Amino acid sequence: MKYLDEYRDEALAAGILAEIKRIVTKPWVLMEVCGGQTHSIVKYGIDRLLPNEIELVHGPGCPVCVTSLEMIDKALAIAQRPDVIFCSFGDMLRVPGSDCDLLILKSRGSDVRVVYSPIDCLKIARANPEKKVVFFAIGFETTAPGNAMAVWQAHQQGIQNFSVLVSHVLVPPAMASILQSPLNRVQGFLGPGHVCTVMGYREYEPIAQRYQVPIVITGFEPIDILEGTLMTIRQLEAGEAKVENQYPRVVNREGNRVAQDLVNKVFEVGDRKWRGVGSIPKSGYKLRYEMRDHDAERIFDVREIDTKEPEICISGLVLRGVKKPHDCPAFGTLCNPEHPLGATMVSAEGACAAYYAYGRHLQEPALVPAS
Amino acid sequence: MCLAIPGKLIEISTDASGVRMGKANFGGIVKQVCLEYTPEVEKGDYVLVHVGFALSKVDEAEAARTYKALEQMQQLTELDTPEVLDDEEVSGAISEAA
Repeated sequence: MKYLDEYRDEALAAGILAEIKRIVTKPWVLMEVCGGQTHSIVKYGIDRLLPNEIELVHGPGCPVCVTSLEMIDKALAIAQRPDVIFCSFGDMLRVPGSDCDLLILKSRGSDVRVVYSPIDCLKIARANPEKKVVFFAIGFETTAPGNAMAVWQAHQQGIQNFSVLVSHVLVPPAMASILQSPLNRVQGFLGPGHVCTVMGYREYEPIAQRYQVPIVITGFEPIDILEGTLMTIRQLEAGEAKVENQYPRVVNREGNRVAQDLVNKVFEVGDRKWRGVGSIPKSGYKLRYEMRDHDAERIFDVREIDTKEPEICISGLVLRGVKKPHDCPAFGTLCNPEHPLGATMVSAEGACAAYYAYGRHLQEPALVPAS
Repeated sequence: MCLAIPGKLIEISTDASGVRMGKANFGGIVKQVCLEYTPEVEKGDYVLVHVGFALSKVDEAEAARTYKALEQMQQLTELDTPEVLDDEEVSGAISEAA
């Protein structure tokens, strides 16, 4: 219980933990889906506070991590053009493509800019009419409304020199893909709270029913994660499989309808390649035909690029909850945040990077629940 | 990067293109926020903001605890990215400073 004193509400945390211990009778494997939850679990050692019966595995919930190598290489190809100002969230700058990353291109003189908001790109586009301004539109459902609004405003205002390189990913199809895999070990999910702020949680109900898994929409604070875990274990022990909401102070079943409407005007669902996992049907957003004038892939005609990931990397298995970072022979040695070999190490929210950041590469693997 | 950050709305306006915008205070850092997705919010409300867009309204207590949790997890770094200001906003900022 060495981490417990760091919790905001020790007594509450201890009470929830005691209740989990009281009700658990069998081994269960739960997956958290949001990168923020992964970060919190590793920082506060929540996985180590839980009874041995409960294993937490870390899902594919970091959009930076799962952006495919092909898409990074496309971004690099576009960013190198002298007529382009390439804009991105800061998290993407150090993500390695096949040859280099955006930060290296910037140091070599390419005009690569970090933006706080996609809306900033419209201002850059207006101020630089002789340039083509491209935004790297990555993210889960939480980020989609912002990126959609930038495209919509450009479309409405006739800002011709603004386009987006879209690599949006969606949570529910990824969960379904994990559950369909013959290697699947996941028996219950902590659903992503802030994603559901936008989307609500109706779309998780068919997944819970079809695959008979409890899904508990959960916040990212330690107390939230403990409570979400308790609610999931309660369902598992009772043989139930439904969607519950641990995070009603922020999330409701319908989500933000205004945001959903605009997202649907700008984007449509399509297949998407995930780094470390491969293509998942209908697991991403792509621009609608009406928005084609703002589609960077079309404008710059970047073709499919042949890429290769290091063979030693097991990030695909880590993303699916089949393996833990410690199961990888390269973890913390050949592969570290300075020299990431794969998806789960490229961003701070990836499972391998989170384990590394909190010193778990220095500890005996035996401390991690066996997988 | 999928987490939204709570801030207090200190100003609401409409920009030149008719977009509902505002300014939100995040623990002392003031940033522009698009309010198109939260038509119900008013000045003084707390909103959860992601990449410059308010996604939902939260109460003050929730805003405070979420902000603190994000701070402890060092998840507030995106607020350090400077905003892009257009000419009109730059002159506005200069006259405010003067």
